[in-house]
This record gives sequence, structure tokens and C-alpha cells, in this order.
Amino acid sequence: MASARLPTLAVFKFASCDGCQLSLLDCEEELLSIAQRLDIVNFPEASRRWEPGPYDIALVEGSITTIEDRQRISVVRKQSRVLVAIGACATAGGIQALRNSANVDAYARSVYPHPEYLSSLASSSPISAHVAVDYELHGCPIDKHQLLAVLLAFVEGRRPPIAQESVCMECKARGHSCVLVQGGEPCLGPITQAGCGALCPAYRRPCYGCFGVKEHARVEALMNHLQAHHGMGDDEVLRSLSTFNAGSELLIRIAERYRRPPPQDSEDS
Amino acid sequence: MYLWSTQQLQALIDLLRARDYDVIGPAVRDDSLHYERIDSLPVGWGDRQDAGHYQLRERADQSRFGYNLGAATWKQFLFPPRETLFRVRDGDFVNCREAPQKMAFLGVRPCELAAIALQDRVFTEDPVEPGYLARRKDLLLIAVNCSQAAPTCFCASTGDGPEVNAELPTDLVLTECEPADPYYLVEALTQRGQDLLEEVGGSQAPASARQTVDRLMDATREQLTRALDTEELPGLLLGALDHPHWDDLAQRCLACGNCTQVCPTCFCSTAEDHTDPITVEVRHNRRWDSCFTQGHSYLTGSVVHRSVRSRYRQWLTHKLASWVAQFGRSGCTGCGRCITWCPVAIDLTVETEALRAAP
Repeated sequence: MASARLPTLAVFKFASCDGCQLSLLDCEEELLSIAQRLDIVNFPEASRRWEPGPYDIALVEGSITTIEDRQRISVVRKQSRVLVAIGACATAGGIQALRNSANVDAYARSVYPHPEYLSSLASSSPISAHVAVDYELHGCPIDKHQLLAVLLAFVEGRRPPIAQESVCMECKARGHSCVLVQGGEPCLGPITQAGCGALCPAYRRPCYGCFGVKEHARVEALMNHLQAHHGMGDDEVLRSLSTFNAGSELLIRIAERYRRPPPQDSEDS
Repeated sequence: MYLWSTQQLQALIDLLRARDYDVIGPAVRDDSLHYERIDSLPVGWGDRQDAGHYQLRERADQSRFGYNLGAATWKQFLFPPRETLFRVRDGDFVNCREAPQKMAFLGVRPCELAAIALQDRVFTEDPVEPGYLARRKDLLLIAVNCSQAAPTCFCASTGDGPEVNAELPTDLVLTECEPADPYYLVEALTQRGQDLLEEVGGSQAPASARQTVDRLMDATREQLTRALDTEELPGLLLGALDHPHWDDLAQRCLACGNCTQVCPTCFCSTAEDHTDPITVEVRHNRRWDSCFTQGHSYLTGSVVHRSVRSRYRQWLTHKLASWVAQFGRSGCTGCGRCITWCPVAIDLTVETEALRAAP
């Protein structure tokens, strides 16, 4: 048996689809190697083992949508030396943040026979809106190689290499043909954070921004160009901004400019 | 000067391959022109280019060099986008620089040859980058004069084209004539090039060959519609650091870094450590960086170039002004890639002109 105690890893889930923590399970071969360097004490998707905190590193998936979750995340934070928010839900509120600009009560009434049993916050928010976050891994889902890089950097005591630059940087380095310049497709690569390895452009598909906005993303500048030169309408712009990272403050602010005013209530008639 | 048929051009490729060269040249893939390892040249391809726009097109002739430039540059082979510099295993450093495969670049344009000469200065003068030097040492260069120009080309302004500058390091220079049924005028500029020329054979070019090349080059110069006024440019740009036009640029620039990634002379890189999860071996990797990223100017806890305005200004003033003090010439060879591949069609010739105008 190893004499030194291994650092402990715990996985926590909030409002999410489980796809990001599944990326850890997807590591398969590498997972065994990780398990020799980290003691995976809580990972309900893989094991019934559940150890109490404190933890050396916590992977937090999902967004905060209920009062209970808001309390729970502050407990997780207190118990975790390093907290890594993983995925679009944990870093930007996820697809469920679409409700942030909608009427949630109306949704609840149309979906549930007894909406009165529901109790949720007015918005779906990222982990960083509630507690301090040490690192964020973008993506829907996250990239397994980035996850491994963060865990191994943690074990070795160095800063993880998480580039905040555009997808274009990876796309050009990999020598893909540009779907925007030569295909005229509305690719979000120039405003989206790298990390996926320019996966969609590799298959001649425009990036739809599942990795969220890059640092200093010039969303409006790109949209202005796509509208003026690639015939993109307001509805299409709005749709492209309203996906997995719809809860991003930047995207919400810009999306508002393209939203059509709701039809006027005919109170006078 | 020799005269080659298309068969003799193919014989050159076959000969080099038989001598264990990786022949790197143009290849059509995913509706675009790339530089890759090839065993023959694509036939009858051209392109349509403008700011923020590129389209490959089929030509009605048999031209082998009827295209202009794609997004790819030769620098990807000499200064690869990602490279492992060393590995650490069980606390020991392991050199992972292996003897590189011999390469021959086929179809290097004049502006690209100038760019290679510039990167030679960056990487092989003090300090020497051993990986670059090892790949560059045995590199065989086969250049092609440009028999046509794209609307984004402005090599005449920088003095780098459309004809190969014979002062630059190149082994052979080809000129494609009569694209409907092409033949090639071939000139050797080194002994190595001369040996290849004689081995491939062909006939002596007619006495009028020089005039033929001159005529073609004049025709290409006529096609050059873009220009960059380089008169007093370094002083002018460095004296215009507070010009309001930088703010205008910052409204449009995405800071995505595409211009720097397609630029044949940009040489910035960053390094990262990656641990192999299974072998637990650490690789110290270098990869291309860009002055448009936040990390590029991250120093002692803060970012120097915070705004897009300051990042674009850094790029343009370095490329066209401070480069002159650093390397004795501008860092731009007029290839126009930054214009074509900018997603929002920013054109450095237009922006530079605006910066010339009084605010």
C-alpha cells in the first residue's frame, strides 16, 4: 500500500444531464491511472461509495436552479480545497438558462398537471454566481482531454493548461478549411472558447458555440458581419446565441438587441 | 534555363520521392487548397479571393499552378503548430528531437520564399532554434513565379513578388507557360538545383525564354489591384499610436487570431506541460500563439494588451514598423492571407491607409 495519502476527488451534480461527469467515466483506460493518483471518494455515477468531506478537488457539474441547490453548493465549496466547474451548465447556466428570459410560470403550467408542487429559482445560474470557482471547463459536454489535463495538473501542483482563446486558433493549427470564409456558414468559432479541438469545423460544420464565449468575445462584431455579408436575419442571430450557453451575461445582453418586441397587449380595445 | 513538359515536372516529383524526400506541395481537400505530402500535382484549379472570402474554382485549362494561395503556409512544416520540445520521465529529461524527414517544398511562391527567408532569421540567428534548423538544413526549395495574382495580393508593394527574388535561398525556379497545355521554364539557382535539372533532363529553353518570363510577370503585375504604401511607414505608424482609427478597428476586429495563424511570418508561440495519463510522462509542448490572445501578453499577474484595440495595434505596428528595427525589413511579404482569412474582412492595406490620414 502507498504510504502517502492520495488527494481526494469528489464529483457533485446540480441541474444537468450528467453528460459532463460521464466524460470522467469515458476516460476508461486513463481512469484507472487517475484512480492511482487520486482517491475518488464520491462519484455516484460510478460507485456507491460516499465519503464525507473535506475534499482536495471537487468537480461540480450543473447549474443552480433551486433554493436547496444554492445552499448545497456553498457546503460543497466549504468542503473543497479546489473547485472545478465542469460544463456549460456549471459555467454558464446551461440550456436550462433559456428560461431566464422567459416566463417560467407559464412553462410550468403548460408542462405539469400540478405546478404548485414545483419550487425553483427565477433563473438558472452558473456555479460562479454563488461561490468562488478555481477553474472552469467549458463545453457541452466538456472535453475529456481537458478534464484529464486539469486533474493531472492538480496532482502535479501546476496550473492547468486551459486556453481561453478562440476555436479558430485550434482550427487553423489543425489545418481545417474555414467554414466561414470559404463556406459562408455562420460559424461561431471566432467568438467561442477553444478546447474542443475545433471538432465541428473538422467535419465541415460551423461551430455553434457549445464551449461558450472566449475571453474578450466580440459577439456583436461577428453578428454585424454575418448579418451584412452572409444574409443572417435577427431570428437566426437570436437562435445562435440561445443555446447551451444562453445564460452567459454577455450573450443575454447581446441577444436582447435582436429580440423582437413582444406583441402589444390590446388593452385599449 | 531549361524547358520542361508536365511529364518532366512529374519526373522531378518521382525522383525526389525515390531519394527519400517528402515532397510537400499543393493538394485540394475540403474545397480548399492545402500544403501536404503529395505524389502528383492537382490539375486545373484556381481560386476566387477577396477580403473575408475564398472560393476554390475549377479552371478550364491544365494549369498546375493556376491557384494563388490558400490558408496553409509552409511554416507549418518548419515551425509546426504543435511540437514536443522535451519529455520528462521518472525525473529524467528525454530529448525527443528526432532526425527530421528530408523535405522538398514544391510550388513556393515568391512572397512565401521571402517569408521563409524571414523566419530563417527569426529561428536560425541568435538564439538558434535547433528543431527549425534541423528541418531547414536539408530543405529543398522549388519556387514558382506567379503567372496570375489574386485581388488580395500586394507583393509588388513589399518588393517580394510576383517574380522570385534570385537573392533568396531557392534551388529551382519554375515559370508555368501556356496553361491550356502547360510547359515550364526552369532555372537552377544552386548546384543542388542544377544537378536535379540535369537529371530530370528536358531541353534547353529557347533564347526568347527570358522575355517570355518577363512578359508573364508584367501581366501579373498588371493584375495586382491592391497596394500597401510603404513610404515612411514605420515612423508613421509608430507616430500614430493614439490615432482614433484604432478605435474604429477595435469595433470590427474579433481578436480571433486568424490573421496571425495564416501569416507566413508570424512566429509567436507558447509552451504548455501535458502529462500522459497512462505513462505519467510529462511532455513540454510548444504551440502557435497569437498577439490577439490574452495569454500572449500575460506577465507577472496581469495582461498588458487588455483591449482589442491594443492587440490589433500591437500586431500591425510590429508587423509593419518595429519589425524593420528588429529584422531589417517589414514582416509583411504581401501575400494577402490576413485579408482573405479574416472572418470579418479586415484589410490591412485599407486600415494602414486610414492610419496615414490625419485624425
